[in-house]
Amino acid sequence: MSTSADRPRSRWRVAAALIVIGALYEGVARSGTFPAALLPTLPTVARAMADGIIDGSLPAHALSTLSRVLLGLAIGIGIGLPLGVLMGRYRPVENFVLPLAGALMPIPSLAWVPVFILWFGLGNAAAVAIVTYAALFPMLLNAWSGVRAVNPIWLRAGSAMGAGEHTLFWKVILPGSLPFLIIGLRQAFLRAWIAVVGAEMLAASDWGLGWVIFDAKEFLRADIMLAALAVIGLIGFAFERLVFGSLERATVLRWGMVRAQEP
Amino acid sequence: MPHIELRDVSLTYDTPSGRVAGVAGASFNVEQSEFVCLVGPSGCGKSTLLNIIAGFLLPTAGELRIGGKPVTGRDIDRGIVFQDFAQLFPWRTALSNVAFGLEMRGLRRPERERIALEQLRLVKLEKFAKAYPHHLSGGMQQRVAIARALAYDPAVLLMDEPFAALDALTRDDMQRLLAEVWHRSRKTVVYVTHNVAEAVYLADRVVVMSPHPGTVKCQLSISLPRPRDPLSVEFLACQKELLGHLTRPPEP
Repeated sequence: MSTSADRPRSRWRVAAALIVIGALYEGVARSGTFPAALLPTLPTVARAMADGIIDGSLPAHALSTLSRVLLGLAIGIGIGLPLGVLMGRYRPVENFVLPLAGALMPIPSLAWVPVFILWFGLGNAAAVAIVTYAALFPMLLNAWSGVRAVNPIWLRAGSAMGAGEHTLFWKVILPGSLPFLIIGLRQAFLRAWIAVVGAEMLAASDWGLGWVIFDAKEFLRADIMLAALAVIGLIGFAFERLVFGSLERATVLRWGMVRAQEP
Repeated sequence: MPHIELRDVSLTYDTPSGRVAGVAGASFNVEQSEFVCLVGPSGCGKSTLLNIIAGFLLPTAGELRIGGKPVTGRDIDRGIVFQDFAQLFPWRTALSNVAFGLEMRGLRRPERERIALEQLRLVKLEKFAKAYPHHLSGGMQQRVAIARALAYDPAVLLMDEPFAALDALTRDDMQRLLAEVWHRSRKTVVYVTHNVAEAVYLADRVVVMSPHPGTVKCQLSISLPRPRDPLSVEFLACQKELLGHLTRPPEP
């Protein structure tokens, strides 16, 4: 288990890795092997990011990307979580949904972009639909696995103490499958975050970090592209650490249901 | 009237190679407040029988009555403790695990926490009320499980080798504690074990079972005074007698 004393050390290691990679990049960028317009130095990228933040455009783009992700994620979880739980509990639901999920899951969400544009038109609806599609399957499959992985002895103990079907579900099956549900949430967010950028490049007009990158290509602004990429990475990382990390620490880690990751 | 009555209880499983008898025609009684141990080699159907009494399995033939009423399934008149330490809910504190049965009975929080704390005190774990199971040792987890099974005051306590996975020293402590808890609560207990010394230490009566198919071989009353001294001559004689019943081939 990682103790609180290990945490600063792992932070140092992350920082050291970032510094080494940054220095390498900077060295190559300054060597003049590639044109500066294609491989801008880090200060140039930082300046592009600062400009975007100061004029308010970058936060606005990030916000619209984030709102698409959160909406699509909410719909994807809203469908995937209950459906996965039902699959784990009831054989007929499993028999019906599993082959369907098996056939749809291997299709990359970006392959749906043209189809969704056709159905929903250019703009938010298509982008949200793609995010929903991307988030749905990880949540569905993890909820399904989680319910099946609930230790049968908990169910026997619960029912011996007088818990009915309904109570068993809320007080035993749901908390018992939480390690898997959190993995599902994490993966759903990750897939959604990946999908939204692609969806914005193709389907959304004018707003969003994906659109910023795509648009900057027209003007050969590699610095803006890299700045937007950095923002995408940072937001994803922050969510992973802050939201899901603290959710895990407050629940399954605290209860000893999963072991802490080695730093 | 006996508290628990088994009459020719049988259970057959359907397996790919045909029907297999798990328990065949088992009959015995358990009196009110009596401590009965089911003892036998593995495969003798003692755990199956306990699961039938618990209502997890329905017998394919025969009759089971508790308190004069035929048993048709699970009910909260029986508390059960398993061998597996994992039986506690890891997401609930010791206190809240013990309170689960009371919660199912619709008691309000202050009331059920008061009773749960009382039960934890009975197994000497009141200091660990706020601890999660993964912070407790195996022996402590089993004590929480006993408190949990007793908390909602079932008339019968069923125990399936609860101390089998503990080290010898802890097991001795736990047996002493259980004898004490039983003495105070006066529950009717059915206790499955394959440990002869444990059975002699705990039981008023031992039901000896033999395998293939699982059936009752004989019954042995143990009238040693309590608390029992496992090193006394009488205790060892009792142990020897029980061992003799277990190893003797069945009469033709």
